Amino acid sequence: MINSTVAELSAALAAGDISSVEITQAYLNRIADLNGELNAFITVCEESALRQAAQADAARATGNNSPLLGIPLAHKDIFCSKDVLTTCGSRMLHNFISPYNAAVVERFNDAGAVLLGKTNMDEFAMGSSNETSFYGAVKNPWNNECVPGGSSGGSAAAVAADLCAMATGTDTGGSIRQPAAFCGVTGFKPSYGRVSRWGMIAFASSLDQAGPIAKSAEDAAIMMNTMAGLDIKDSTSIDKPVEDYTASLNKSLQGLRIGIPKQHFAKGLSAEVEQAVRNALAEYEKLGASIKEIDLPNSHLSVSAYYVVAPAEASANLSRFDGVRYGYRCEDPVDLEDMYKRTRSEGFGEEVKRRILIGTYALSAGFYDAYYRKAQKIRRLIKEDFNSAFKEVDVIVGPTSPHTAFKLGSKSDPVSMYLEDIYTIAVNLAGLPAISIPVGTANGLPMGMHIVGGDFEEAKVLNVAHQLQQNSDWHKQKPAVLASAKGEA
Amino acid sequence: MALDKSEVEKIAHLARLHVSDSEAEEVTTRITDILALIDQMQSVDTDSVEPLAHPLDVVQRLRVDQVTEENQRDQLQKLAPNSQDGLYLVPQVME
Amino acid sequence: MEWETVIGLEVHVSLSTKSKLFSGSSTQFGAEPNTQASIFDIALPGTLPVLNEEALRMAVRFGVAIGAEIGKRSVFDRKNYFYPDLPKGYQVTQLDYPTVGKGSLTVTLDDGSEKTIGVTRAHIEENAGKSLHEEFNGMSGIDLNRAGEPLLEIVSEPEITSAEEAVAYLKKLHTIIRYLDISDAIMAQGSMRCDVNVSIRRKGKTELGTRTEIKNINSFRFVEKAIHSEVRRQQELIEDGGQVIQETRRYNADRDETTSMRSKEVANDYRYFPEPDLLPVVIDDEYIAAVKAQLPELPDAKKARFTAEYALSEYDAGVLVSSREMAEYFEIVARQSGDAKLAANWVSQDLLGLLNKNNWDITESPIEAEQLANLILRIKDNTISGKIAKTVFETMLEEKSSVDEIIEAKGLKQVTDSGEIEKLVDEVIANNPDQVQQFKEGKQQVIGFLVGQCMQLSKGKANPAQVNELLREKMQ
Repeated sequence: MINSTVAELSAALAAGDISSVEITQAYLNRIADLNGELNAFITVCEESALRQAAQADAARATGNNSPLLGIPLAHKDIFCSKDVLTTCGSRMLHNFISPYNAAVVERFNDAGAVLLGKTNMDEFAMGSSNETSFYGAVKNPWNNECVPGGSSGGSAAAVAADLCAMATGTDTGGSIRQPAAFCGVTGFKPSYGRVSRWGMIAFASSLDQAGPIAKSAEDAAIMMNTMAGLDIKDSTSIDKPVEDYTASLNKSLQGLRIGIPKQHFAKGLSAEVEQAVRNALAEYEKLGASIKEIDLPNSHLSVSAYYVVAPAEASANLSRFDGVRYGYRCEDPVDLEDMYKRTRSEGFGEEVKRRILIGTYALSAGFYDAYYRKAQKIRRLIKEDFNSAFKEVDVIVGPTSPHTAFKLGSKSDPVSMYLEDIYTIAVNLAGLPAISIPVGTANGLPMGMHIVGGDFEEAKVLNVAHQLQQNSDWHKQKPAVLASAKGEA
Repeated sequence: MALDKSEVEKIAHLARLHVSDSEAEEVTTRITDILALIDQMQSVDTDSVEPLAHPLDVVQRLRVDQVTEENQRDQLQKLAPNSQDGLYLVPQVME
Repeated sequence: MEWETVIGLEVHVSLSTKSKLFSGSSTQFGAEPNTQASIFDIALPGTLPVLNEEALRMAVRFGVAIGAEIGKRSVFDRKNYFYPDLPKGYQVTQLDYPTVGKGSLTVTLDDGSEKTIGVTRAHIEENAGKSLHEEFNGMSGIDLNRAGEPLLEIVSEPEITSAEEAVAYLKKLHTIIRYLDISDAIMAQGSMRCDVNVSIRRKGKTELGTRTEIKNINSFRFVEKAIHSEVRRQQELIEDGGQVIQETRRYNADRDETTSMRSKEVANDYRYFPEPDLLPVVIDDEYIAAVKAQLPELPDAKKARFTAEYALSEYDAGVLVSSREMAEYFEIVARQSGDAKLAANWVSQDLLGLLNKNNWDITESPIEAEQLANLILRIKDNTISGKIAKTVFETMLEEKSSVDEIIEAKGLKQVTDSGEIEKLVDEVIANNPDQVQQFKEGKQQVIGFLVGQCMQLSKGKANPAQVNELLREKMQ
């Protein structure tokens, strides 16, 4: 039961085969068994989850048949959830019980989903391995010596290990897609502006976007039907009708034009990942798609531009953490400056501080043009690269990450960590929708394929991903190590 | 662009972060490395390119001028590290 | 040595919207601390801004009123600095693309001459909260009710050359803002604040000297005094061989001097960048035209109309248009009494004197315009004399009765009955034979004394013109 997709659970609930309380209890048991090892959850809401499950069952008895009613989910701990601890993976918010709900949380509540808990993450979503969390690293369910990826590593691990039916994540430079690839699940980043950012703790405002982490593209589409849509509380939320993303999943791919960027199949890509992606591309050809090499000439600059834009925005977004109104405050400050400096130095971890310093530097007097303004110009070049590519192709496909999950503690220098997101970052700079889906394993670790669509082409991206999953079973593969680990316990 | 320790201290002060003497060297090295990564973008001529601040080419929505918020002071101040008589307390502010 | 002063003013005006610039919190003045501070205003993580349409409209209204260029695409920026009354750690403002661009306003100086002063720009930004310093065991208390209220910062060109001009500019700005109804603009309450940039240079030089900025001056009078004292300080400094340093100063009214605020200045680097939580604000010609169509008649136009339509002097018209309410009051009195001259005199002298004495605003006047018009009507139809009218005016302050009731109750009606007047005149002629003799000998001015006697005898009620006429007749 716990390894079912949302679509399957939804059908079983609708048929009366199982109750939400039963499913919820099963996931809570699974969390109790495995979270100690995986560290995927920061907070588990056992009591309220069972209460919500009972309410969902009662609602169903009165005829409510909404697709997510009674389905247990986990939210990344970056989403404010009313009366629940919301830490963003930071000591700074170790005591922050949010007095309000993020728009995403509210929408899942309204849909009747059951909140199992809040998942671990890199501190303030800054990281690609989940090792920067104040609450400790998350372990990859496929191999507990490896990272789950980041920053939504807790959500990806929880979905992979069947600790929940579905989870939310956020993606600023790859934070949904890279952990989805490392954990062998489906992770979708919608177009910028498609999902409300209200209540989602900001890292880099012009890049952040919430999205689903799920067991299939179909589940991601079901979740998107709930998550997407205009929110007047978020000025950057787009006023554009939301499609039924499940409606077009089964569209034929006959005639689909797939572009593969030559820059993403070059030096640095591991042979096994390249092979896995090429195998998947061969499947697409069988489904009637054509493959064409394309050029994204400025893609090699995306990491550089990103590490100006994101830290600059973050340096301002994180100024509100000053120990005055909520969150951590240092002991016995001697004066105001001491309060600011010690609160922020003790409350933030190393990586967060590093990015604040970089952002502050990039914006400081005399450097603005050389860094921030320059990066915004590169950003336009990158966007234009995609615009021209999408004149020739319908989707762009490549690897999500150059390799499989790496060992915990193996990347100690920030620059090599930053290069982890080399294939995913440009998509955030351009605001496009993109998904990572599993395309097999190598040495017992999953690999992910990246599918990028044009502006607000989420339906097409989900359709393309779903069609592969209809014709392959890579997404159904489960971490074996974990099963044996549980057996031993 | 390389960075020296005094510049790091200046930035740290702007960001209200404390960088101890023992950390300073490591922090400076790391940031210098990152700046080298960033500086790769300097190789491209962008003189004729307009900066892009937002992926969306849309404009600001406006809100009707209405009071929609109620007083939540007591609930919100439960979150505060130090408050009294409805005020947030901080070490003396010098003007 | 001859010096020239160059002054630029930055005026912050609190826009009188019902809710804050980016949140739905109330902006009502005087609420209990932090009761108007929502989750956005206290900068809880995850909260986001949405722009108040009224704040934008008010800014455009101001821009249109001063004939300024209106930014069709304005952009909000973050200005980064740490201060406990600034919850987000940045202030949202407009740096490169303000809503209001170049405009100007014309001021009238004491000698009657006019000067046009350029306005560089006016931008929309958020206010900060307040720090309270007493009574918390050495701690400061932070109240965020004011945080996030909309401000319009109006920046002048450095074209002001004296304290007098600076005050005239401020007063004109104040009048226009009040006419536009976009702010209370009360300096004492902080809804209008002023920073003054002052520099001096040798007469004839064109390049600007080093300027100092005097922050947060809260009355017109202090602006004047602060400028005088700062100019004096800079002159003495330079003449003694020193140099002015660019810095922020504060005006101390008790000691009538400016003092340096350097301590707060350490390495300010605001790291402005476009606010990514907000998108560009775009307005079109139609929007601007609609705002223009809704503008009230502004003081300059009103003054011109008053001099033309009511034949008032420049000075009287200037006094009467100094506030929109005063001008409206005057026009009611003028229209209902049918005598603009008398209406102007009564409003600008008697009424304004009374208001000033009691520190009342025209809107707090105990005498309504209709009543004052009735009073003038009674002068004009000879029911009372101008002098008696002053008595009635004073009585109106104490009693809620109408003009006619007061005249009736106090028996102030002017005596116009020629029989009664004849009796008075006869009595006065009989009692003052010497003066009558002098008159007859050609000393015309004695008539004034005799009229006065008659008026006294009638307790002011006799119609002086009739008395005058009859006296002359009887003494022929």
